[in-house]
Amino acid sequence: MPSNKSVSDAQIFQFTNCRILRSHQLQREDLWVREGKILNPEKLFFDEKGSADIQLDCKDSIIAPGFIDVQINGGFGVDFSLATDDVQSGISLVSQKILSHGVTSFCPTLVTSPPAVYHKVLPQISIRNGGPHGAGILGAHLEGPFISKEKKGAHPEHYLSTFELGAFQDLLATYRHLDCVRIVTLAPEMKRSSEVIQELTRRGICVSLGHSVANLSQAEEAVRHGATFITHLFNAMLPFHHRDPGIVGLLTSDQIPSRRRVFYGMISDGIHTNPAALRIAHRAHPKGLVLVTDAIAGMGLAPGRHTLGQQVVEVDGLNTYIAGTRTLSGSVATMDSCVRHFLEATGCTVETALEAASLHPAQLLGIEHRKGTLNYDNDADFLLLDNSLHVRATYIAGERVWSQDTFTI
Amino acid sequence: MCFRVTLPFQLELRSGRFCSHPGLTSFFSCKLFIRMRLVILDDYDLASEWAAKYICNRIIQFKPSQGRYFTLGLPTGSTPLGCYKKLIEYHKNGDLSFKYVKTFNMDEYVGLPRNHPESYHSYMWNKFFKHIDIDPNNAHILDGNAPDLQAECDAFEKKIEEAGGIDLFVGGIGPDGHIAFNEPGSSLASRTRLKTLAMDTILANAKYFDGDLSKVPTMALTVGVGTVMDAREVMILITGAHKAFALYKAIEEGVNHMWTVSAFQQHPRTIFVCDEDATLELRVKTVKYFKGLMHVHNKLVDPLYSMKEEN
Repeated sequence: MPSNKSVSDAQIFQFTNCRILRSHQLQREDLWVREGKILNPEKLFFDEKGSADIQLDCKDSIIAPGFIDVQINGGFGVDFSLATDDVQSGISLVSQKILSHGVTSFCPTLVTSPPAVYHKVLPQISIRNGGPHGAGILGAHLEGPFISKEKKGAHPEHYLSTFELGAFQDLLATYRHLDCVRIVTLAPEMKRSSEVIQELTRRGICVSLGHSVANLSQAEEAVRHGATFITHLFNAMLPFHHRDPGIVGLLTSDQIPSRRRVFYGMISDGIHTNPAALRIAHRAHPKGLVLVTDAIAGMGLAPGRHTLGQQVVEVDGLNTYIAGTRTLSGSVATMDSCVRHFLEATGCTVETALEAASLHPAQLLGIEHRKGTLNYDNDADFLLLDNSLHVRATYIAGERVWSQDTFTI
Repeated sequence: MCFRVTLPFQLELRSGRFCSHPGLTSFFSCKLFIRMRLVILDDYDLASEWAAKYICNRIIQFKPSQGRYFTLGLPTGSTPLGCYKKLIEYHKNGDLSFKYVKTFNMDEYVGLPRNHPESYHSYMWNKFFKHIDIDPNNAHILDGNAPDLQAECDAFEKKIEEAGGIDLFVGGIGPDGHIAFNEPGSSLASRTRLKTLAMDTILANAKYFDGDLSKVPTMALTVGVGTVMDAREVMILITGAHKAFALYKAIEEGVNHMWTVSAFQQHPRTIFVCDEDATLELRVKTVKYFKGLMHVHNKLVDPLYSMKEEN
């Protein structure tokens, strides 16, 4: 059929025989892609009188937006908190490997480290688009060192720090390079945290509350100053108490600005959170749930010992502990297995499970006009999945960057 | 109440090109009968299927090809949905291609953004065009947001003329007996133009706009009664009890401009495809007569042709 496209000569791809996630529902529709973006086929038909150049039969796959992991410490032997001269190649390796888990964008996460590590590593991290080389890098997530001693979890105690003297200047001195930083996790009960949270928010950096013994009022105060995320809910914070729900109470707080939505990360690997707790959180505030892996270097490798920043971690099956202790430290879960576990544990719809790993993290980072949905003009980062949400193929900017050996379209 | 009229003189004037198509003269009986058919099926689904089969056969028997397109006039609304679904099914089975079909829709709202979910552009895309292989250059719908609406209407008439006229115009009927948006009182000789919608129509359309009358467009561009009368063949789909009175007025009473579908009593080749409910206001005699002819009518759809056989 002669195509008479007035806007562009680039090839138009039509993905057919699929169900796409759009407007919070799985719909039997085709997905159209041109020049790395999702294309509006109706506009193409009526305005440009155009039609598809290449039609691809997706074999009844589910098409979902690519997953976005905002907390991942490493994997496949790579530890993002290690100060090497070639941080990029480690990040690149992980970014390439996680394509098979359905992750198309991520935030490499650094755990509590001495300032020298930040000074060396952060300048080497650059925000970049994904592609066949690997998932896109949205910016770094700095978890610590401004966290609570009592809830340090796997973070090394003698590198914890405060900013009570110089507030934001102290933070700047510790991290030094903030250009590529996207998220900072801190404990809001620390003195002068409000100033720090305000300044970080003003600079477009997402502030997350975690590894903290804050009570609900302190947490609400932090949200009023700009905090929008909670790092791995339930873990490394005070447990829910009916007279002081602590940070967990943010899920249903009425003391925060009404237009502000608080998001919360959940490690849905079957270990960090009891399924009943996962369900309570999900039911209390379904629109805020963000699935994260919190994966460490041992992810993707055989059980054994690996590093996590300044600590040594022991991986045994799905469990990851600080060596010689029962302190959980990260996970070896993959994003797609987290999505499947979440689906099963909560009994939620497929749409909900997929949005927890795509739409919600995109909304958290304020990028849902580009990523996290299959809306027209968004980046064509998407996944082909089977009915039990195993990834069959991963696409970034409309290009296939990974697929199962047995799956071709 | 005679529906068979032989007017060979009129036939040549109106449909000269029609007679020269070898496929078509053998398709009907070889006598030059001008005929109105009333095809009555038991329910909506059967009526939709009959209509779709008829359209399918007409297209295939025409043997459309490069430079020789089959031109189809198309309606919107709830009535033709079943018919569109069946046509899509025939296409997906590989039995019917729209590659050499040109379409002209009857109407479009004025002032509604083209991508509004209730615009007729959206309707045609979602219910039909996106599922078939029609060339977008051949799908014509009036533009209700054109800067000069009358010029848009004139251009539409011209496009129909350039396409060689319409081979088969498929339409529906409003509860007030209108065809397209030719509301009661429209001239039976009218051409494509801007029309203000009657209250009956606005009320009937409110269900598509959350029941809010203030959201329903009040004006539309529409083909005229005369425009549809120019088509070589017309098929009107009428289903549901709420259309029964309009059908009665259209075929059992006289030709008049208050029930504009009645004009088609004077068209050389018209088929009314109905379900039982739509015949509720007709005389029993009329219904029995035409039901008795179903074995003849069914020869038009059985056998159902397929483009697979042509290849």
